[in-house]
Amino acid sequence: MAFSFPAFSYIIALIVDAFLIFFSIFHVIAFDELKTDYKNPIDQCNSLNPLVLPEYFLHLIINLLFLLSGEWFSLLINVPLMIYHILRYKNRPVMSGPGLYDPTSIMNSDVLTICQREGWIKLAFYLLSFFLYLYGMIVVLIAV
Amino acid sequence: MAHVPNAYNNVPGQQNSSPGPFQQYSQIPQSQLPGPLKQDGNLDKQAPVMGFNSQNHFNQSGNSSPAFNQPGLMPQHTSSQSSPIRPLKPISNQPPMQNIQNIPMSSPSVHSNPNTISSSSPYPPNAQNQINNNAPPLVPSSQYSQPVMNGPMPAPNQRPINQYPPPSSSFSSPSVNQPPINSSYSPVNPSFGIQRPPTSMPPGLPANSHSAPLTGPRNSPQTTGPQVNMPPPSSMPNFAPPVGPLRSNIMNGPSGPPPMSAPITGPMPPKGLPSGPMLFGQPGPNLGPQTSQQQSKSQYNNGPTAPMSQHLPNMPPMQGLQSGLTPLPLMSQPGLKSGLPPMPPVSQPVLQPGLPPMPPINQPGLQSGRPPMPPMGQPGLQSGSTLPQMNQPMPGPASGPSTNLQNRYPQMQYSTQQQNQIQQNIAKQFPTHNLYGATQQMGQLSVTKQGFDQLWGHQMVDLLQCKQILPGYPEDPPEIRLGHQFAESPNCSPEVFRCTVNKIPETNSLLQKSRLPLGILIHPFKDLNHLPVIQCTSIVRCRACRTYINPFVYFVDAKRWKCNLCYRVNDLPEEFQYDPVSKSYGDPSRRPEIKSATIEFIAPSEYMLRPPQPAVYLFLLDVSQIARESGYLQVVCDTLKSNLNKLPGDARTQIGFICYDAHIHYYLMSDGLTRPKEMTVLDIEDIFLPSPESLLVNLGEHDDLIKELLTILPQRYSAPGVPASALGAALQAAYKLMAPTGGRITVFQTCLPNVGPGALQSREDPNARSSKDVAHLNPATDFYKRLALDCSGAQVAVDLFLLSSQYCDLATLSGMSKFSAGSLYHIPLFRAQRSWQADQLRHMFTRYLTRKIGFEAVLRVRCTRGVSVHTFHGNFFVRSTDLLSLPNVSPDAGFGMQLIIEESLADLQQVCFQAALLYTSSKGERRIRVHTLALPTTNTLPDVLHSADQECIIGLLSKMAVDRCSSASMSEAKEALINAAVDVLSAHRLAQNLPVGSASSSLHAPVSLKLLPLYILGLLKRKALRTGTSTRLDERVADMCFIKSAPLCAVMRGVYPDLYALHDLHEHVRRDKDNLVLPNPPRLQLTAERINITGAYLLDDGDSMIIYVSHGVSPAFLSETFGVASFNQLPDEARSLPMLENEGSELLHAFVDKLNDDRPYPSSLLILRDNSASRQLFTERLIEDRVESALSYYEFLQHVKTQVK
Repeated sequence: MAFSFPAFSYIIALIVDAFLIFFSIFHVIAFDELKTDYKNPIDQCNSLNPLVLPEYFLHLIINLLFLLSGEWFSLLINVPLMIYHILRYKNRPVMSGPGLYDPTSIMNSDVLTICQREGWIKLAFYLLSFFLYLYGMIVVLIAV
Repeated sequence: MAHVPNAYNNVPGQQNSSPGPFQQYSQIPQSQLPGPLKQDGNLDKQAPVMGFNSQNHFNQSGNSSPAFNQPGLMPQHTSSQSSPIRPLKPISNQPPMQNIQNIPMSSPSVHSNPNTISSSSPYPPNAQNQINNNAPPLVPSSQYSQPVMNGPMPAPNQRPINQYPPPSSSFSSPSVNQPPINSSYSPVNPSFGIQRPPTSMPPGLPANSHSAPLTGPRNSPQTTGPQVNMPPPSSMPNFAPPVGPLRSNIMNGPSGPPPMSAPITGPMPPKGLPSGPMLFGQPGPNLGPQTSQQQSKSQYNNGPTAPMSQHLPNMPPMQGLQSGLTPLPLMSQPGLKSGLPPMPPVSQPVLQPGLPPMPPINQPGLQSGRPPMPPMGQPGLQSGSTLPQMNQPMPGPASGPSTNLQNRYPQMQYSTQQQNQIQQNIAKQFPTHNLYGATQQMGQLSVTKQGFDQLWGHQMVDLLQCKQILPGYPEDPPEIRLGHQFAESPNCSPEVFRCTVNKIPETNSLLQKSRLPLGILIHPFKDLNHLPVIQCTSIVRCRACRTYINPFVYFVDAKRWKCNLCYRVNDLPEEFQYDPVSKSYGDPSRRPEIKSATIEFIAPSEYMLRPPQPAVYLFLLDVSQIARESGYLQVVCDTLKSNLNKLPGDARTQIGFICYDAHIHYYLMSDGLTRPKEMTVLDIEDIFLPSPESLLVNLGEHDDLIKELLTILPQRYSAPGVPASALGAALQAAYKLMAPTGGRITVFQTCLPNVGPGALQSREDPNARSSKDVAHLNPATDFYKRLALDCSGAQVAVDLFLLSSQYCDLATLSGMSKFSAGSLYHIPLFRAQRSWQADQLRHMFTRYLTRKIGFEAVLRVRCTRGVSVHTFHGNFFVRSTDLLSLPNVSPDAGFGMQLIIEESLADLQQVCFQAALLYTSSKGERRIRVHTLALPTTNTLPDVLHSADQECIIGLLSKMAVDRCSSASMSEAKEALINAAVDVLSAHRLAQNLPVGSASSSLHAPVSLKLLPLYILGLLKRKALRTGTSTRLDERVADMCFIKSAPLCAVMRGVYPDLYALHDLHEHVRRDKDNLVLPNPPRLQLTAERINITGAYLLDDGDSMIIYVSHGVSPAFLSETFGVASFNQLPDEARSLPMLENEGSELLHAFVDKLNDDRPYPSSLLILRDNSASRQLFTERLIEDRVESALSYYEFLQHVKTQVK
């Protein structure tokens, strides 16, 4: 039983990951609402866009902690998603504010589909990684 | 509004409303586009969208995958296509055929001439109707009739025989095939199978072997693999002799086999048709032979075509055939059962009308009796072999010609429902039939296939052979044929609503196989001459999906109706049974909602979220240095002044003006003022409105002030000014001013906005104007888009007139119109001193000011369950999956929607689309305009391909290409366009089992798509998509915006401009009812080949008309039309056509006026000599010719051919 920096990283990662799960649930719900006509795309984009960067930022923090604590496996698992985030943000439509979603193109069904699928995949990823972090934390804590 | 019993009241608002015989509802004629004002308007309450709720299931697009697959798939669909008997109707007159004849053929063949004649004569237009009428009997019972049906098919074939005296050996091949066919049939009629094959076959056998290979490929287009018969072009000559054997083949082929094969290939039939062309040599008389088969042998030469035509009327039974394959066998069978081995007698009587050689028709019957059907067989063979000859007009290789023949025959259309019914009947009668096997065998009879193809309308064109492919006069899109239940129902006009295919594939995989884009184009607010308008207390709509009642609903009983989109059964309100015309209760189908697919309702108050807004117009005028130099202000103010009282609106109409350079200038025109007062706000970063209530003033009450302001403005800004333009700030001010009411902002911009919010920097590199890939097609900032979205939310539309003399970054600026449903006008290098440009602006602006306008509109598109909208094209904001928000809607706006098929439509007989436009008229009335389009479904690939609407496809493809330009790159978009052509032709090749590109010297396309490659080439050479030619970025972007938002007719004129010869205008004159002379010259293809040095030509691309005078033109023509004695006296460039007092000049003016009649405002005119410096304005439009860095049409085809797989 040793409370080391890796253990600290995992604990933080667990907490942050819980937030990320909420983010992606919100994301999935928001796009479902768009698809079923309940929301105006302008409103929906206005509520989604401010959350994009915080999500990326939180994810980055986890990985930074893993890097510093030398948890290479956990880091490795997260690298593809980080790269995806960076590329996605680089290719976002022209917009002055932060965010990814453009109300004029979001209703194109291929964009909508991609976004929705992205939401589900991320949700699954965060859930799985949550248990991974839990396991990692226990392992680190137990290790003497 | 609410009168209970009388559903309809006269519509007050519309100026045009003409109280017709029926007062209950008035028809509102709306002035044609060109005409000046069309206003509707009324005030009072506004309500945006309440009424519209629809449930859409939005699905993922997903389907992109090219699932195009093997041709083989097709065969399984036994039903529809195969049936040979489709109505022949159009066959006779087809333009394409004539064209073919004219075409200089590289290898002129003897036969060519006859074709033209035959085409016209054999099939009278009436034939179709007759066929249809008769049709019902055929299916059910009469065995006799059936044979008749078959008969016609073979007849055509016979002729070819005469023409071509090939060796007998060739014929044998068909005979070979036949036997199998018979066997397949055998279950039904064992006798048939046995008798025929052996007898007829023998002679042909040797020939068959070689013929088969050849034919295989060529014929294949029509039928799928199985058909062996076709002799190669080379073999052709041989065919003639073998008549005897051939007959037998023919006989069999038409009756039994072809139908069978049809399912597989789809378009089996045509073989008979080819003979049609042959007719020339020998017209109708031949029919006689039918009666006596023996005669047929000798006579058969003549017979084939004529019989066809005659029979057709009788043919109705043929429809059964449509189902495809099955019908034919059945036909023959019935005869057998009846116990009439010699079917011929039966059919013969029918045929007899005149054509001796008809034998084929009867043949099925006959066959049983007579093993060697000589006449029949020959025709069949001929069709296969002769086809090449037929094509003679076509220069190309022999293989090509066969396809050409097909062109001559118009498409026959069949209702799928009928086909299905027939099939079902057949199936019941002959459950044991092995259709598939039979069809395969049948397929070998290529001759008959061709005949059937033609009957069906499944003809093909060899693009490489058909040099003159453009019909002289525009053709209507393929007709929509619904099932008999709705056969009489009025469908929406193709000008308003059309789909890329007129038969919807039943499954997404079938759609993918066809490689066609599926989508609809709508021109929802088009000015219509006769529009029924209804006012009633409750608008009848489906309770589940909110569909409006329309002509395609099913009345379960007098009290209930079944929605045709979601299939819910709804109650019918009592008042719906009241017929306003007869003033009696009863049949609901007499209601105007049921009688017209386009209708307008005056909406009750449930459809309003707020009181209808007044018409509010705000003009934003650029007065920067460049604007002052251009002098546009004078033109605009003058035009506006003279049209002030024509602005659509009512007593509440408001108007306002804002000028801007480096600052914002407001003009107060409030009550207390005697002169307009100018207020300048220097702070453009944080915009504020000095006195909002007096900036927008009532038009009626302050007429004097407004006119005075319009007089003063041009003078006020005549002196040199500041070279800065704060467009962004001015737009923000305008938005603030308009947001409470909604309305229309009209922006005149002449330069790049360079100060304040939304300032831009020049991005264009003039040296890269002709580079391969074009950059900067996307906006540099989202300022204008966000502003447009704000405006859209406030029901404000922004229209932009870009009168630039320099780069203005239209790609960015256009955002303000794109997303607020505005319109965009661009006149490059505008100078008011150039009178033609001033005129152009005046025409444009007048039309803009006076056209009808709808405020706070929403457009909802509903589709039958299983189909949904995937992507929208046009200027609007998409508010939900099927709802477009249109702050303003104008009659010049068109929209496109890509569709996806989400679930199988196999159990549906038709697919419906309904577009409902809810808007506030300029008179403050809330109205709903509803358009409904119903299309049949199909389950076979050839049906899909042959029912394609090529113009609509181009319209949709162009929009998709523009999207691709901005989302990917220009080169990718161009590649995608070329691939679209390649894919469609590949799909066709697979469907018809044609030889692969390299193995064949021809490139086949369905007749319905024959112009697709040409149009795609035209599209690639448009300003929007061309590369290699110096094109200003703004002009390119303006053209892209135009493509995205213009109605189809305007886009098509730009894609493939019309070229007319002027020097022989008097030879193409038609007189109308009033005996006025209307010049009506045919269109010419856009190639220098058509330009004669002794001619004068007019090229009309919708935007401008260019008159091109060659130096060899006759002096008489010059003096008559231009008033000059010699060519050299013509100015280098002229912008107007002198009005002279002579026939030639008047004719030309009448012609130009006629052309101008169908567009919103007159096109500008440019007269060039063929040695003018700017003649390249004309020559660059000759898109079929090769230009630097762009392919000629022929090269393009060659390129496509190499890609076709």
